[in-house]
Amino acid sequence: MITRNLSALAQALAGKEISSVELTQLYLDRIARLNPQLNAFITVDAEKSLAQARAADQRLAAGKGCPLTGIPFAQKDIFCAKGWRTTCGSKMLGNFTSPYDATVIAKFDAAGAVNIGKTNMDEFAMGSSNESSFFGPVKNPWDISRVPGGSSGGSAAAVAALLAPAATGTDTGGSIRQPAALCNLTGLKPTYGVVSRYGMIAFASSLDQAGPMARSAEDCALMLNAMAGFDERDSTSLDRPTEDYCAELRTDVGNKPLAGLKIGLPREFFGEGCTPEVMQLVEAALAEYRKLGAETVDISLPNMKLSVPAYYVIAPAEASSNLSRFDGVRYGYRAPNYSDLNDMYSKSRAQGFGAEVKRRILIGAYVLSHGYYDAYYLQAQRIRRLIANDFVAAFKQCDVIMGPTSPSTAFKLGEKAADPVQMYLSDIYTIAVNLAGLPGMSIPCGLAQGLPAGLQLIGDYFDEARLLNVAHRYQQVTGWHLQHPAELA
Amino acid sequence: MKQWEVVIGIETHAQLATQSKIFSGSSTAFGAEPNVQASAVDIALPGVLPVLNKAAVECAIRFGLAVGATVAQKSVFARKNYFYPDLPKGYQISQFELPVVVGGQLVIQVGQGDKAVEKTVNLTRAHLEEDAGKSLHEDFQGKTGIDLNRAGTPLLEIVTEPDMRSSAEAVAYAKALHALVRWIGICDGNMQEGSFRCDANVSVRPVGQKEFGTRREIKNLNSFRFMQQAIDYEVQWQIATIEDGGRIEQATVLFDPASGETRAMRSKEDAHDYRYFPDPDLLPLIIDQDWIERSRAAMPELPVAKRDRFVTDYALSAYDAAALTASLDFADYYETAVAAAGKASAKPCANWVTVDLAARLNKEDREISESPVSATQLGGLVARIADNTISNNIAKKIFEALWNGEGRSADEIIEKQGLKQITDSGAIETMIDEVLTANPAMVAEFKAGKEKAFNALVGQAMKAAKGKANPQQVNDLLRKKLGE
Repeated sequence: MITRNLSALAQALAGKEISSVELTQLYLDRIARLNPQLNAFITVDAEKSLAQARAADQRLAAGKGCPLTGIPFAQKDIFCAKGWRTTCGSKMLGNFTSPYDATVIAKFDAAGAVNIGKTNMDEFAMGSSNESSFFGPVKNPWDISRVPGGSSGGSAAAVAALLAPAATGTDTGGSIRQPAALCNLTGLKPTYGVVSRYGMIAFASSLDQAGPMARSAEDCALMLNAMAGFDERDSTSLDRPTEDYCAELRTDVGNKPLAGLKIGLPREFFGEGCTPEVMQLVEAALAEYRKLGAETVDISLPNMKLSVPAYYVIAPAEASSNLSRFDGVRYGYRAPNYSDLNDMYSKSRAQGFGAEVKRRILIGAYVLSHGYYDAYYLQAQRIRRLIANDFVAAFKQCDVIMGPTSPSTAFKLGEKAADPVQMYLSDIYTIAVNLAGLPGMSIPCGLAQGLPAGLQLIGDYFDEARLLNVAHRYQQVTGWHLQHPAELA
Repeated sequence: MKQWEVVIGIETHAQLATQSKIFSGSSTAFGAEPNVQASAVDIALPGVLPVLNKAAVECAIRFGLAVGATVAQKSVFARKNYFYPDLPKGYQISQFELPVVVGGQLVIQVGQGDKAVEKTVNLTRAHLEEDAGKSLHEDFQGKTGIDLNRAGTPLLEIVTEPDMRSSAEAVAYAKALHALVRWIGICDGNMQEGSFRCDANVSVRPVGQKEFGTRREIKNLNSFRFMQQAIDYEVQWQIATIEDGGRIEQATVLFDPASGETRAMRSKEDAHDYRYFPDPDLLPLIIDQDWIERSRAAMPELPVAKRDRFVTDYALSAYDAAALTASLDFADYYETAVAAAGKASAKPCANWVTVDLAARLNKEDREISESPVSATQLGGLVARIADNTISNNIAKKIFEALWNGEGRSADEIIEKQGLKQITDSGAIETMIDEVLTANPAMVAEFKAGKEKAFNALVGQAMKAAKGKANPQQVNDLLRKKLGE
């Protein structure tokens, strides 16, 4: 049961092979048994989950189910969920119970899905290894001495270890794609504005985007159907006609399903910086794509090398302002002893935030400050436009862009923790996609020394359906996405 | 001794008269229990996002049109970052580099009556922003209470060029702006409740010097009287400081009404670096020409245009026209009264509204919208003076009767109380004959050249007519008879 995909689970529920309560209990039991080793979840609330499962069973019995009804999903702890502790991986919100639902949570609820628990993450989504969480690092189920990636590391580890059929993630610079790559998952970061940000705790507002993390493109498509859509409570959400992201996947297209598809290979993704073992697996995947009828063309994204520096100006700038509300005044952590107002602010924030968050707040405040704004923030915005223009030009030559998701497979816990710049470089292939606001995916493309590697797919604006289809056709002829790590003892 | 010139620029925060807040659906009504009008967005829970209230934008457009400014096709909301307990997000959403209204002018009247001088004050800009909450320092021994009802209330910050040269000009500007924002319905102008508050940037320079002196900003002036007092004190303090060999340091100051003095709150050194940047949660505000034209069509006629029209259409003096256009309610009242009285009575209507009615309202501290005498009733009354049905004196009695609700119209009261003026010259003649016969001594005095006796005889005749005889006719007939 636990290795079935979402459609199969929906069938099992509809066919009364299993009830939602039983399915939910199955996963709760696995979490109870395996989470202590993985630390993938920050909060599990069996009673709440089972109550949702009971409601789902009634709904299914009444014949009013929809594709996600009764299926448990792990929710990244960045989404506010009414009545649930919502920490964002921080001591600052260690005591915060949300009084309202994020739009994403409300949409899963409306679909009758079960929230199986809130997953661990880098503090305020700042990190690429899930080591910056106040609640401790998450372990990679493929090798528990290694990181699962971040910031959606808890979601990735939970799904990879079969503690949940699928999970939500958020991606500001690669936080869905990189952990998906490191944990052998299929993850999609949609076009900026496709999924509502309301109730998703902001890291960098102009970059943050929520998306699905699952074990196949098909599962991601089903989840995106539930997650996407205009939300009047998010001014940056886009009012577009609703799409069925599954439609294209269901068509039968013969043995050359991708005939005519042009895959762009940016030379900047295939030079130095990527480990040979990951590059080998990416090349093998591209060979597979050619067999499916696709054609590869060499392209260039000349400003790629500027994406990491531009990102590390823009994201901290927005974060420094977004995190100002955590001041100990109305909710969240307040230092127990302080002498006056300023002392309360500084002590609460000094004690409530971890090192990486403080580092980024300082960088952000610096680049926005008087006299530096033009040189840093404005300059970074100009670079951002150049990067976006690179992609516009590239998509005149190709339909999708491919390359590695992450330069390496999962690294050891602690390996990069002391060197922020090394850590920041884990996202060299993913960050430009956020700066441009494009949709991006990572799909499993093989194992190197037993560790998964990811192939990154980048689409033009609103090309989620095409990306999912391109991923799906590969998954129809390969089995990498079906690989599981050995069950933990 | 040196001559000093005063230079003043004013920033005004006008609270916009919208039902809900600028970035959330919470009510903006004044006076509710603390924090009952504070939603998840207003208290800045994690994850919440702002959504712009179009009604606030509409107010900004109306203002831009009213002052002949450019309504920006694209403006941008920016975050002004600073920590304060009543600022829930740790930043205020405002507009910085690209405001919604650019430029514009306001014509003000400085001085009273015939001595009034017109002056044009240039506006720099007006931008939309949200208000903060309130810190409550009383009632919480050693602690501070936070009330976020006001957090997120829409404000239009209106900034002038440093165009004013005296406290009188500053106050005249503030009054004209106050009248205008109420006129176009974007602000209730309630200064006690903080709906309209001004900051004055004040500096002095030797007459003839080109460069401005260093300015100090007087914050939160919430009455015109305080504004005058604060600026006068500040100017005198600045001049005295310079003349004593001191220098003015740029600073923010507060006015203490009790002492009548201004005192520095913070100097430039501890000025904040607000780290403004465009708010990534909000798209640029785009206002297309259609929207502007729709707003223009919905605008009331503006004070200056109305004033000029009153002078042309109703042959009023500039003074009367200005008095009648002090507020939209006043002007509407006047025009309704004229419509009822007839255009020929435009001038007497103006007198009745600006003198009799205004005095009566003033006496009872009522707004014109609360006048017991309606514009139609007043017009009906003036019409009866014009057609000689009643005299001015009788009209005043009828006005009082209408005020007290003794009748539905002047006509009804005239009828009921038999106040119709006697204009039948036969009847008046008979009365005069009786008066002459009864007062031979007065007649003799008049004939001996005493003009005073004539007035006494008129008085007797009016008394005999119970005040209802047409005074002009009485005069004419009496003179005729005495001259015979």
